Amino acid sequence: MFKLESRAAPSSAMALASPLIALAVTVAVGVVLFLLLGKDPLLGLRMFFVEPVKSGYAWSEIAVKAVPLILIALGLALCFRANVWNIGAEGQYILGAIFAGGIAMQATPDSPRAIVVAILLAGVVGGMMWAAITALLRDRFNANEILVSLMLVYVAEMVLSYLVYGPWRDPQGFNFPQTVTFAKPTQVPRLFSGLRVNLGLIVALVAVVGMAVFLFRLFRGMQAQIGGPAPMAARYGGFSSRASLWTALLTSGGLAGLAGALEATGPLGQLTPYVPVGYGFAAIIVAFVGRLHPVGIVFSAVLMSMFYIGGELAQSRMQLPKSITGVFQGLLLFSLLASDTLIHYRIRLTKKPVRPEVSKGPQTTGVAA
Amino acid sequence: MNEIALLLAATLNAGTVLAIAALGLLINERAGIVNLGAEGLMLVAAVAGFAVAVRTGSDTLAFGAGALAGALLASVFGILVIWLNTNQYATGLALSLFGAGFSAFVGQPFTRERLGERASFDIPLLSDIPFVGPALFKQHPMVWVAIGLTLALAWWLTRSRSGLILRAVGESPESAHALGYPVRRIRLAAVVAGGALCGVAGAYISVVYTPLWVEGMVAGKGWIALALTTFATWRPARVLLGAYLFGGVTMLQFHLQGQGVQIASQFLVMLPYLATIAVLVLISRNAAWIKANMPASLGKPFSPGG
Repeated sequence: MFKLESRAAPSSAMALASPLIALAVTVAVGVVLFLLLGKDPLLGLRMFFVEPVKSGYAWSEIAVKAVPLILIALGLALCFRANVWNIGAEGQYILGAIFAGGIAMQATPDSPRAIVVAILLAGVVGGMMWAAITALLRDRFNANEILVSLMLVYVAEMVLSYLVYGPWRDPQGFNFPQTVTFAKPTQVPRLFSGLRVNLGLIVALVAVVGMAVFLFRLFRGMQAQIGGPAPMAARYGGFSSRASLWTALLTSGGLAGLAGALEATGPLGQLTPYVPVGYGFAAIIVAFVGRLHPVGIVFSAVLMSMFYIGGELAQSRMQLPKSITGVFQGLLLFSLLASDTLIHYRIRLTKKPVRPEVSKGPQTTGVAA
Repeated sequence: MNEIALLLAATLNAGTVLAIAALGLLINERAGIVNLGAEGLMLVAAVAGFAVAVRTGSDTLAFGAGALAGALLASVFGILVIWLNTNQYATGLALSLFGAGFSAFVGQPFTRERLGERASFDIPLLSDIPFVGPALFKQHPMVWVAIGLTLALAWWLTRSRSGLILRAVGESPESAHALGYPVRRIRLAAVVAGGALCGVAGAYISVVYTPLWVEGMVAGKGWIALALTTFATWRPARVLLGAYLFGGVTMLQFHLQGQGVQIASQFLVMLPYLATIAVLVLISRNAAWIKANMPASLGKPFSPGG
């Protein structure tokens, strides 16, 4: 038997080690899963941890997936720090793609290159507007932001579906639900010829620095993080938790919208019903695994992208369903939350079994193993 | 006339899924635990139920499998949030994300399977009554189970000693602990029971409601069920009423499409989600109303002596 004992202070070493423990647990479960399915576990691990990072081309593909994840997760980190549970980033991402697509469709081959800026800004506005609905209903009517933001994901999917099946459908598209392919000037410039990674990577890294400065260097950033979890303290300090709510939701909506715009005018080049691929949900995991810290988010986004690409490789080379990616992503978050316990508690072996409900001592809680 | 009867029948059918899941979540929340993993639980249970129905042909076993899957996943969630004091929202989200991935993964081989002829549950004589017959007496027994469950739960929560203890745990775990009740084990029991009910609801979707398995087929019903508990201000009878209301909205979309109404189908599909938002706004704007009924320790962690 063992019991959990409170630490005098949260362990900062464990805070950093916890994501690694979670990764180790996920890998261990993965190995068991591969064995159960009768697949070579070493080959499986290679698909997820070697193949996705073995060449410049592979790293470019990692970046293509990591960019939207980083942008969305940065916004979510601010939200979660402010105790605002925005889980509808997927919807804000879709609206960003729709707004960006609306402008990109108007472009002709002769449009100025600067149209890219207008497209990306439109995406930001789209995402912000969608998040503003959640903020408004929370602020004015106290409606739960978790449920509202999530319901709006389904609504956003339907808006996109309506547009690409209806008014925005390409008349020359053989009746496929898709818009015209956007004209060349709308494309986000690529960084290297032959690789898909584009200027979005620079945008995302700038956003990382920007968010780090906002969270840790600006007074407004501190206000935004206090208003949510401690509204009384915020009021005493003279700043409102309402401002904190709006800041968090508008920022994360804007970033998710930007991610959607970059995706629509980058790798996709047109709108289809398949614009949403779950980045908005995966980014929740990215934000937590990255410890709600901008730099940590970069690392966890790369890891999550490896899961995506590994899943695709496992499908094509090992005949495993691609959805194995979702299993690993969920497992990672689960194990992370469990191992986070070690930040606040340490494990002590005890000789006698400890009954959970009758444990003595002010600082001790027992756990039945 | 007959069309309205069919619409009513379909409404009860659709509402039953939501009612069973929401009643399960109500048990959780009365004990102080919010389980945002309902959607994931229901997806995994839907696969489990469908798989068992395909293999054995028995709906009863399928519901059992769904309940078991729901209870198992819920117990993992419960141990994390109750003993390790992880954040309830984050852990629930993890469960939903994991459930979506896991169900898609294990459900892969079942996407091409179909269930055999569905049994008819016409009650002799009664089902021949015009209007009322097709509306009420051709329903799957689970529709009646949901109604019975509502009544039982309403009685149990307010009239029985154990129901009172459950509510005490949700209102003030410290007091319940001081009185000597095993707060954490009671909470775990509530979470497992709630998970089992969500599981039954999930299995109902894949075995009876739309008898097949498609990735992500729960389509937000778990989240709507979560909204329902707030809408019902944590009262069983109001949960059932709300579930039928939402079932009606869901069915209205098919009805309107059938009538050839000139609205793009996408806007009709949006209806239940928009209705959820509207209902949340209407209920939540009255803070006093919510506070009067909400379990006081909802979502708050509790550790005895710590």
